[in-house]
Amino acid sequence: MVPLPTAPVNALFEYLQRLGDDRLILGHRMSEWCGHGPILEEDIATANVALDLIGQATMLLRLAGEVEGKGRDEDALAYWREAVEFRNCLLVEQPNGDFGHTVVRQFLFDVHAVLLLDGLTRSTHDGLAGIAAKSLKEAKYHVRHSGDWMLKLGDGTDESHRRVQRSLDDLWRFTPELFVTDAIDREMISAGIAPDPAVLQEQWQTIVRDVIERATLQHPGEAAPPASARGARQGAHSEHLGHLLAEMQIVARSHPGATW
Amino acid sequence: MTVQQDTVVPSRDTILAILDGVKDPEVPVLSVRDLGVVRDVAVSDTGAITVTVTPTYSGCPAILVIENDITAAIVAAGYGPVTVHTTFSPAWSTDWISDDARARLKAYGIAPPGRVESSGLVQLMRARRTVQCPFCDSYETEVRSEFGSTACKSLCWCRSCRQPFEEFKAI
Repeated sequence: MVPLPTAPVNALFEYLQRLGDDRLILGHRMSEWCGHGPILEEDIATANVALDLIGQATMLLRLAGEVEGKGRDEDALAYWREAVEFRNCLLVEQPNGDFGHTVVRQFLFDVHAVLLLDGLTRSTHDGLAGIAAKSLKEAKYHVRHSGDWMLKLGDGTDESHRRVQRSLDDLWRFTPELFVTDAIDREMISAGIAPDPAVLQEQWQTIVRDVIERATLQHPGEAAPPASARGARQGAHSEHLGHLLAEMQIVARSHPGATW
Repeated sequence: MTVQQDTVVPSRDTILAILDGVKDPEVPVLSVRDLGVVRDVAVSDTGAITVTVTPTYSGCPAILVIENDITAAIVAAGYGPVTVHTTFSPAWSTDWISDDARARLKAYGIAPPGRVESSGLVQLMRARRTVQCPFCDSYETEVRSEFGSTACKSLCWCRSCRQPFEEFKAI
């Protein structure tokens, strides 16, 4: 870990937690499908995506712990922080709903992920650039999976179309948070560590609009979100995160330091 | 991980030959060198060995087994201490798998990976390269899912011999 002259360590720690927590929480959500997939292939696919995301979270949170320099590793960060200390966005903590709902959430996230990771491969931070290059290869498979399902379900039966449209309308309000730019982001941009969310947002809107049209769905519009649909980057989460963490953290907290 | 051992200084080639015998736990016809998981081997003047590995997929659970197997194989041959170091960059690619290893994959019943395409970030419903069935060599096949029994494989179906099979997916 090379010290960064222009970015305060706590800002980088904060930023890496955001990246890592998005993937940890979404990875956990996807793992909830294991054994419950609508067909065997999708049961396996959702578990594979979960594994990739948790693997990416492991790398990112390990780096976050090194940057913080207080001896916390990826497990300490995953299992021993409270809900208010998590920095994931609201979108990824939303419950799975039906398979179509999961597909929409995944698609909205995956498009953001490939654009962000692609930008991060050019980061001035070598460690982060390396993690991004590795993760990008996996994310390209993820977006093809979720995007193909958007087309199949949107342009499918009357029922699949209706249900995916409802999920898109429901989840849309959580998407502007992906592009909120605060002081932490500005530090990252000026240090050349991360791409500008405003640039990503334009590309994201173009790709997402194209897929929505091809899927014969109605675009929910660019309306500004209600104030409640942001703030998770500062720890203000929906009620769903606490329930997720209770399940994710129970074993580690019941048996501290256990090995097997 | 570091394991203490009596000092015998082996050549780098000796260690590489030992690593040829360490197989991937999920695809046992390929060694960790065939896969390109082993990125570097260094032997110090005192006989300390550092093996640098890179995981296939971020969440691949086999990497811990691979690290343990590498250490165990070198120690069993009487060398050490061994340190296994993990690197993420450059990111692992199936393009590193040799032609010889691809032939062994096919003989084992897994279609070898195609070359990695430098495709755009978001390419949906793309016209896929046809996968050849490893059992009957037919190209009358379809990819049922790009996510298979392990992170590195996709699920395919052969319409000619009516067999499911797996493909090592290009990444």
